[in-house]
Amino acid sequence: MMLIHCPHCGPRAQSEFVYERTVDSVAPTDATTDQAMQTLFTRNNPRGVDDEIWRHSFGCRAWMVITRHRVTNEISHVRAVGPETLP
Amino acid sequence: MNRYSAFGLLRGALNGQKHWQPAWRDPEPKAHYDIIIIGGGGHGLATAYYLAKVHGLRNIAVLEKGWIGGGNTGRNTTIVRSNYRLKPLHDFFEFGLKLWHHLSDELNYNVMFSPRGAMFLGHSDADMVKLAERGDAMRCDGIDADLMTRDEVAKLEPLLDMSRSARFPIEGGLIQRRGGTARHDAVAWGYARGADSFGVDIIQKCEVTGFVRNGNAVVGVETTRGRIGAGRVGICVAGHSGHVAGLAGLKLPIESQTLQAMVTEGVKPMINSVIMSQSLHCYISQSDKGGIVFGGDPDNWPSYAQRGHPMVMEGAIAQGLALVPSLSRLRMVRTWSGVTDMSFDGSPIIGETPVRNLYLNGGWCYGGFKATPASGWTYAHTLATGSPHPLNAPFSLERFMTGATIDETGTGPMPSSR
Repeated sequence: MMLIHCPHCGPRAQSEFVYERTVDSVAPTDATTDQAMQTLFTRNNPRGVDDEIWRHSFGCRAWMVITRHRVTNEISHVRAVGPETLP
Repeated sequence: MNRYSAFGLLRGALNGQKHWQPAWRDPEPKAHYDIIIIGGGGHGLATAYYLAKVHGLRNIAVLEKGWIGGGNTGRNTTIVRSNYRLKPLHDFFEFGLKLWHHLSDELNYNVMFSPRGAMFLGHSDADMVKLAERGDAMRCDGIDADLMTRDEVAKLEPLLDMSRSARFPIEGGLIQRRGGTARHDAVAWGYARGADSFGVDIIQKCEVTGFVRNGNAVVGVETTRGRIGAGRVGICVAGHSGHVAGLAGLKLPIESQTLQAMVTEGVKPMINSVIMSQSLHCYISQSDKGGIVFGGDPDNWPSYAQRGHPMVMEGAIAQGLALVPSLSRLRMVRTWSGVTDMSFDGSPIIGETPVRNLYLNGGWCYGGFKATPASGWTYAHTLATGSPHPLNAPFSLERFMTGATIDETGTGPMPSSR
């Protein structure tokens, strides 16, 4: 299990968090068909570091972007986000 | 290839078992192959076998990063079944199940296929309606499925907690009697030995690090053992499809997640069939050695780490113990975890890619092992002819663009919620 540093609550067990999707898969509401298709149905899925959107569902319920290595599970960065800061 | 037989064993007993030969060669890679298959798991080896056996091709190589069968072929719960509701899925897996029933004879290698019955449990009226609907869909296509009453379930599996106060009450079930389990390693080894006997080069410890391109066509691969030319290249690395396809600049509808399984110490026979609950996501069977094999949910977050998380293990085991309380005194001896390609509709992808001469077989979610023979058969057809077999035509990469997804659970494009 990972220890995730919530920007609002500090270090908490991973079991309090829920993974949502990666940052590259957030579709803008005015996306073209191709763009929507790319963001909804494909992922970079690297065997390395990626930016992921998680939610502290069983804590403060805030969204955050976690930069995590997919093999070692090392979390290099966590930043709080609101809807306005998502790409 | 020396055929394995009872007579051969007997002869060996008289000459000190000195006649055994390696089951496959360890060749150096050639400069060029007609077809290169990336990934020496069950699927890749089966593909090579059927390319040689059914399509008569000989100049084939299987490139494997580690050792054959060391990836997801060795990291599953060995369940074989074809009880899917949607037609493209149950037609495909049923074709595979028919191959499974003769696989040991076909390969002259005992894959220990044991059709002991694969049973879904129903925990509510709604579950039973869903199971009846699934069974009807299967029977309409000639696939065996029997709806079971509560009493029939209790008779088949007396150790299930059938009490009315059970944590997960059992209302009935749906059984596919021709389903069961098989020996995972033997499947890889049997196909490898068969393919090798046709002259297929199985090259282990050879990792593909890039693709050689000529315009929009792939003409070879870069590997840790040098450049190898190829007429056609088939990716067959489920779990790492996103990574390998990324080397060719492709972005796939796949997210990699880990899926865990575990096994207890060996005990006398106590679980007669394969017990599955899809409402819970719990899979229980007993191996031929006696260990109780548990499978559970995927981790539900992306990962390439081939190791488990106690949190997810605890969830799967808690469900298993609630269903079969007498398992509680057993000691867990091993846990493992495989990296699975979670596709965006829960169904596999077998077919062409936007890059010419590059083909993809992946997106198996947690259902790859049972598909091994059918996957090999249809992928071999696709690689040999350049166009899909009718069975894998619905599983094209384009289906996500055209909207023709095959979504058994109706989850939509959310692999983490599957």
